[in-house]
Amino acid sequence: MNETISNLDTLEASLMAEIASAADEQTIEAVRVSALGKKGSVSDMLKTLGSMSPEERQLKGPAINGLKNRVTEALAARKAELKDAAISARLIAEKVDVTLPVRQSPAERGRIHPISQVTDEITAIFADMGFSIAEGPDIETDYYNFTSLNFPESHPAREMHDTFFLNPGPDGERKLLRTHTSPVQIRTMEAQKPPIRIVIPGKTYRMDSDATHTPMFHQVEGLVIDKTANVANMRWVLEEFCKAFFEVPSLKMRFRPSYFPFTEPSLEVDIQCDRSRPGEVRFGEGNDWLEILGCGMVHPNVLRFGGLDPDEYQGFAWGMGIDRIAMLKYGMPDLRAFFDADVRWLSHYGFRPLDLPTLFGGLSS
Amino acid sequence: MKFTLSWLKDHLETDATLGEIVERLTSIGLEVESVNDKAALKPFVIAKVLTAQKHPDADKLQVLSVDTGDGKPVQVVCGAPNARAGLVGAFAAPGAYIPGIDTTLAVGKIRGVESHGMMCSERELQLSDEHTGIIDLPADAPVGTSFAAYAGLDDPIIEIGLTPNRPDATSIHGIARDLAASGLGRLTGGAIMPHAGNGMCPIKVKLDFGDTPPLCHGFALRLVRGVKNGPSPKWMQQRLIAIGLRPINALVDITNYITFDRGRPLHVFDAAKVKGNLTVRRAREGEKVLALDSWEYELTPEMCVIADEKGIESIAGIMGGEHSGCDENTTDVLIESALWEPLNIARTGRELGIITDARYRFERGVDPEFMVPGLELATRMVLEFCGGEPTEEEVVGYAGHTPKIVSFPVSEVKRLTGLDVPKAESLEILSRLGFTPQGDADIVDVTVPSWRPDIDGKADLVEEIMRIHGVDKIAPQPLISHEAVNAKILTTLQIRTRAARRALAVRGMMEAVTWSFIPARHAEAFGGGRPELKLSNPIAADMSDMRPSLLPGLIAAAQRNADRGLSDVALFEVSGTYEGAAPEDQRRVATGIRRGTAKLEGSGRHWAGNAGAVGVFDAKADALAALEACGAPVDKLQIEAGGPAWYHPGRSGVIKLGPKTVLGHFGEFHPKTLEVLDVSGPLCGFEVFVDAVPEPKAKPTRTKPRLDLSPFQAVKRDFAFVVDKAVEAGALTRAAAAADKKLIAGVSVFDIFEGASLGADKKSVAIEVSIQPVEKTLTDEDFEALAGRIVDNVKKQTGGVLRG
Repeated sequence: MNETISNLDTLEASLMAEIASAADEQTIEAVRVSALGKKGSVSDMLKTLGSMSPEERQLKGPAINGLKNRVTEALAARKAELKDAAISARLIAEKVDVTLPVRQSPAERGRIHPISQVTDEITAIFADMGFSIAEGPDIETDYYNFTSLNFPESHPAREMHDTFFLNPGPDGERKLLRTHTSPVQIRTMEAQKPPIRIVIPGKTYRMDSDATHTPMFHQVEGLVIDKTANVANMRWVLEEFCKAFFEVPSLKMRFRPSYFPFTEPSLEVDIQCDRSRPGEVRFGEGNDWLEILGCGMVHPNVLRFGGLDPDEYQGFAWGMGIDRIAMLKYGMPDLRAFFDADVRWLSHYGFRPLDLPTLFGGLSS
Repeated sequence: MKFTLSWLKDHLETDATLGEIVERLTSIGLEVESVNDKAALKPFVIAKVLTAQKHPDADKLQVLSVDTGDGKPVQVVCGAPNARAGLVGAFAAPGAYIPGIDTTLAVGKIRGVESHGMMCSERELQLSDEHTGIIDLPADAPVGTSFAAYAGLDDPIIEIGLTPNRPDATSIHGIARDLAASGLGRLTGGAIMPHAGNGMCPIKVKLDFGDTPPLCHGFALRLVRGVKNGPSPKWMQQRLIAIGLRPINALVDITNYITFDRGRPLHVFDAAKVKGNLTVRRAREGEKVLALDSWEYELTPEMCVIADEKGIESIAGIMGGEHSGCDENTTDVLIESALWEPLNIARTGRELGIITDARYRFERGVDPEFMVPGLELATRMVLEFCGGEPTEEEVVGYAGHTPKIVSFPVSEVKRLTGLDVPKAESLEILSRLGFTPQGDADIVDVTVPSWRPDIDGKADLVEEIMRIHGVDKIAPQPLISHEAVNAKILTTLQIRTRAARRALAVRGMMEAVTWSFIPARHAEAFGGGRPELKLSNPIAADMSDMRPSLLPGLIAAAQRNADRGLSDVALFEVSGTYEGAAPEDQRRVATGIRRGTAKLEGSGRHWAGNAGAVGVFDAKADALAALEACGAPVDKLQIEAGGPAWYHPGRSGVIKLGPKTVLGHFGEFHPKTLEVLDVSGPLCGFEVFVDAVPEPKAKPTRTKPRLDLSPFQAVKRDFAFVVDKAVEAGALTRAAAAADKKLIAGVSVFDIFEGASLGADKKSVAIEVSIQPVEKTLTDEDFEALAGRIVDNVKKQTGGVLRG
């Protein structure tokens, strides 16, 4: 009897030692089988309980079952220990250098050209005021570019526009590259009855080349025609536009009488700014004036060319350089770089593809 | 147009300051471009040298004691040889900036002697190049007062930018009239008394234009005998110099002076050099004249000249001839005041490339009624400065001026500007500007003065009233907006253009804006070069042809970047190309290129895997992305092998919708194309015709189609077919998909293999077929049957057999 007990102690000590020394899950499993398997040493002990007398069973039963429970627990504990160690070892083995660079997503690399972005900004503002966008061809006729816009034949005003001409076509007509977006005014009047409320962005061409002039540039023009639109309305539209575009709460503007063949009266507009800091222009503050656009009441002759009676209809128009206002707002120093496609310039001055200008989310971020 | 303040005040009696005048000029439409208030000369005062002693340590220096007018003489060290006791000159105190030597003076020691200022030379004040000595003024020059004021050098110079519609403001008198009308003073000096002559002008003038339209509308001439031509008075020379003209001699200076003073160009001939009578006529073809600028000009019958019996003496209204110009020896002078056809002057000036103050005024339109008074004014000045005896005037061809009368409803001011200007004030403004309003009704007849050829109608009068009343008095009025939420405002083409831009930028490409005109050889390489798309006056030889494609501009841009060391670039542009000169020939195209290793996922070397060279499939993916952004039905597009001639014939494709509509091309480029463009490197590109994508159908509802999700598990099955090399993968996948349109949800190609084991002209195409049961889970027999149909259909359509 004591012999059995002492055997149990020996067995337990031996099993516990084996469990403790097991280095991996396979060994543990082998120990489990050798102890608790069908022919395991502890199982064998348990089997002997059936042939014992009740008294003996009462004495030895708890001892053998106790052994079984302790071995089972020890096995589970050691197994968990080994599993944790194995995971830890795997995690260490799997460690990588997270400072290695990842590739930038294409959407982060791509860029929208400032001309497109600023055109979208302009569109967002005028859309809010009920304007739509009109477009027209770059190659124009003398009629649409000059005659219908009240440029008298050979008048010095035509010389203000250094025009590119194309070789005469098969029909002998000499076309030209439009010097302004104004031909679209006439094309719109021909196609649509008032009320008209459009803005016209597009490419324009003049023979000119220096830091602020390129032979191709971009203009945006506006046209309002109805039965009441006047200079006071025009002031409101332009002041609202300039505030919204330059994203300032207030902005002083100076309207100066001027001359354009296609408007009467005609005005040029300067905006208040501060240019005292090198390389930077701040709008809505300061004591400098910067010329930004030309405008006026549509000339009666232009209305007539567009098929409208100037005593019934009236309206105003204005025009400005998209490239120029982009330079003013975003600070590009040289217009020529706009057309050079240097990817360093595009990356720096361009806009991220998902930065869509809206009024509700802000024109620029 | 430049003038000085004192000159303006000859015509304008005013107490206004320079600042007020400048501000008013701009606000009434005579934009001030620059003002030189001569502040640079303010520090210089008249001072007298009291004593002059030799410098103890320098032979060429003297130590002066100078009276600067404040009672306490200052010590000045001076090196000028003419410095002496009693000299009166121009003194600058310490702190003054000396423009001629770009230095601000300080108290200094020169060879041990302190110097408290400087006696200046003309060069140091930038008055001239004179530097042999210091300024030496008359002894009675008032010590302590401004040197500039004394010397007449403090007259501020104002420059205004004139718009082409204001010939009246090419004269200082006209500018003064505008200022006076705006309430800034009183206009003076208008009347010019005629000067009686003695006897007829012996030289007769004939306007001879034959049957052609006359180019001269009046000609006035007068001879002044016995003049003595020398320098003009100092005040006149100073004014001419101030506005940038070089004084020549009194006779010439008078014509230049009146050109600016009154906007009336004149010409003077040396009568001794004129032979016989004068004829005003068209030049003969090839006729030549040596002009006053010493250039010889060859003329055409479209140009008007003044000729004597020997030949041309003047290019009418533009520049006189050298031969009969006036110099110091001139004793008899012919003064001409004429009216020339403005359009003809503009054209002649442009063709000859001559820009003169006379042309500037004649092409804008001078005051016809001032032709004779201008001659009178010149005569008076000639007599005053040079003496002599004038003949009577010879005036030919002038029919008089018929004034324009504009019927003007005064309410137009309110209608067009929103300004409430009382009728009386409106009419008063017009009167002050020289208009004559007549009548008391709501509509008045307004007579336009002869100096305002630009005024044609009601709107012009509104502008006059608006600019003089004050533009700043117009309060902004909101433009009544539509009384509803704005509907979509962009057209389909505008929406697609924007969408294509953003879609391509999202693919890592950068948007470029390139020139619409490209070199002729580039245009020709891309199907362009038509004669009617060539500029007749390109700004540069390599900007001569309207582009037929955006590709050459983008490829050239990529090469420029590569030349700067940036070889992996992806660029795109969505813009116009030109197939002809008509409006409908301008296309809207989305075009992109990739160079080097500029792939979608990134470029260049990377630890996780290097990017390979770009190729046809990168371009294809870009093209399809652009098309999808434009709303093209991507699942219905067909891809055909081979693009236009500028592409690599074996590595390019055409994207079509139906048999006729070409939506785009993509591919790598033909080696010959790259040679023409002089570029290198892996390159691919695409062109997508945004304007060819069909308009979307009008939708009666925004509801999306019902979505049916099958409850049965989807499965994938792989097949490999051996086909002839020429068989296109697209045909094979179409054949597989057509085997059972209901069950097969998709077919993709996952491997292409070519090898000797298959035979030289064979290839293996491995496809993965996605099967989506919709009614029941498929049994093994069902799959067998479906696989059989796929194999059969592929064999039937392509000749492909299942690979063993």
